[in-house]
Amino acid sequence: MTMWDMIVLWIGGAMTLMIFSFLYKDNPFYKFAEHLFVGVSAAFWMVKAIQTTMIPNMWAAIWPKSVTGILHAAQHTEPNYVRLIPLGLGLLLLSRLMPRIAWLSRWAMAVLIGFTSGTYLVRYLQSDFIAQIRSTLIPLVVVTPQGLDVIQSLLNCVLVFGVLCALMYFFFSLEHRGVVGGISRAGIWVLMVAFGASFGYTVMARISLLIGRIDYLGEWLQSFGKIL
Amino acid sequence: MSLFLSVLTLSPLNYEYFAFDKINLFVILILLVTAILFFVLKARRGKTLSIRKIAGLEAVEEAVGRATEMGKSVLFVPGSRDLDDLQTLAGLSILGSVARMTAQYEARLDVPVNRSLVMAAGQETVKEAYLAVGRPDLYRPEMVHYITDEQFGYVAALEGIMVRERPAACFYMGAFLAESLILAETGNSIGAIQVAGTAMPVQLPFFVAACDYTLIGEELFAAAAYLSQDRRMMGSLKGQDVGKAVAMFAIVIGSLLATIVALTGSSFVGSLFRAFIRLFALNY
Repeated sequence: MTMWDMIVLWIGGAMTLMIFSFLYKDNPFYKFAEHLFVGVSAAFWMVKAIQTTMIPNMWAAIWPKSVTGILHAAQHTEPNYVRLIPLGLGLLLLSRLMPRIAWLSRWAMAVLIGFTSGTYLVRYLQSDFIAQIRSTLIPLVVVTPQGLDVIQSLLNCVLVFGVLCALMYFFFSLEHRGVVGGISRAGIWVLMVAFGASFGYTVMARISLLIGRIDYLGEWLQSFGKIL
Repeated sequence: MSLFLSVLTLSPLNYEYFAFDKINLFVILILLVTAILFFVLKARRGKTLSIRKIAGLEAVEEAVGRATEMGKSVLFVPGSRDLDDLQTLAGLSILGSVARMTAQYEARLDVPVNRSLVMAAGQETVKEAYLAVGRPDLYRPEMVHYITDEQFGYVAALEGIMVRERPAACFYMGAFLAESLILAETGNSIGAIQVAGTAMPVQLPFFVAACDYTLIGEELFAAAAYLSQDRRMMGSLKGQDVGKAVAMFAIVIGSLLATIVALTGSSFVGSLFRAFIRLFALNY
């Protein structure tokens, strides 16, 4: 382990303990780690946005010659002036900084929200509506050459009726009373069972993350021996 | 001029503008949009539309009122994704309704965000809400403030805000990732009333376990209409219910046809089923 690796390990170990100290209560060590994390990450994301978005997608696209020696892939391409449109919209967003023309930023915002809604409408229609319906069009009774497949039939029935009940829960036009109430109650049971399974699965994944962090701290503790 | 010419020459004239293999999606989309427009127009003509009670949203006003009585702030977290996520947009719509309440009750509102665009949109939303209830004097742009784009840096800051400011009401409305349980547990530990809403299936169990009320999936999208009682939004919600009714009807018919085919092996019903299932193919 080099000296630099050791320094990184020590900073990581100390920061981990500072963050974990929040489990006891809010304290100056946690505050220090929190502020350092927020400050460093805010600066990091700003630089990353300039490096990975603004320079290659805007600057290099509009003025490829200007990136000679910086972005080799872009320097021989033709200027793409369509990129001036997002540049203009981006500048409109900055108009918020000047109260007199701050209203202009709404135009950029409107384009962004309109684009998002329009794009996702088609995407969700395919993935969350059409594909889901298609996957539920299954027989309630499964017959194989060997005879009735009871288990698969039961699973299919649970799937179809579970989906119908859950859909009824999300039906907002009808009050949940009487038959509709009963079906939607069954629907919420279906959802809760699914949530329970998901909860257990995710908790297991989080525990593996915790083990990884404890392992890191163990490595840090071992480094004491190397120093001493 | 040369600039415009360049832009024009770049227009994708060779592209196929209509994907005929997706004609079924187009028809379904038109049906759904027609249903939504029908109810929106009906609502605009003055027809009263009602939707069922959503328990979590009944608690929103109660939570804001409690925060006012206790002299504490209301914390609103519009998720951890950018504006290109519909859940963030839904969260901002709910923020508008919550901001109207905080303006009326004169409660302090705190909206920390992790995206610059969400901050801009959030500030507009809150400003409009305060203007709408005639309290522009109470609006401060700092109510909606940026923390950092980094997911866990944002969470660390939110935790700090929670334990130091001790808000009486915490709202988590939008798209959440691994931070959901951390936020909800911290909110729980400070005794705040917590109302959460997300359409992220993996995070919903954590909110259900740790919050007082949780808006599940589509309830998040219905919330803005419910809270504002805006006629157009209510109409849109009714139209979406038509879509759900169509889905339920299609599932019942399709499953019955599939079952008949499985039991009888009828070639006629088999061809009917194949034609029916083709309606829901991603490529017709």
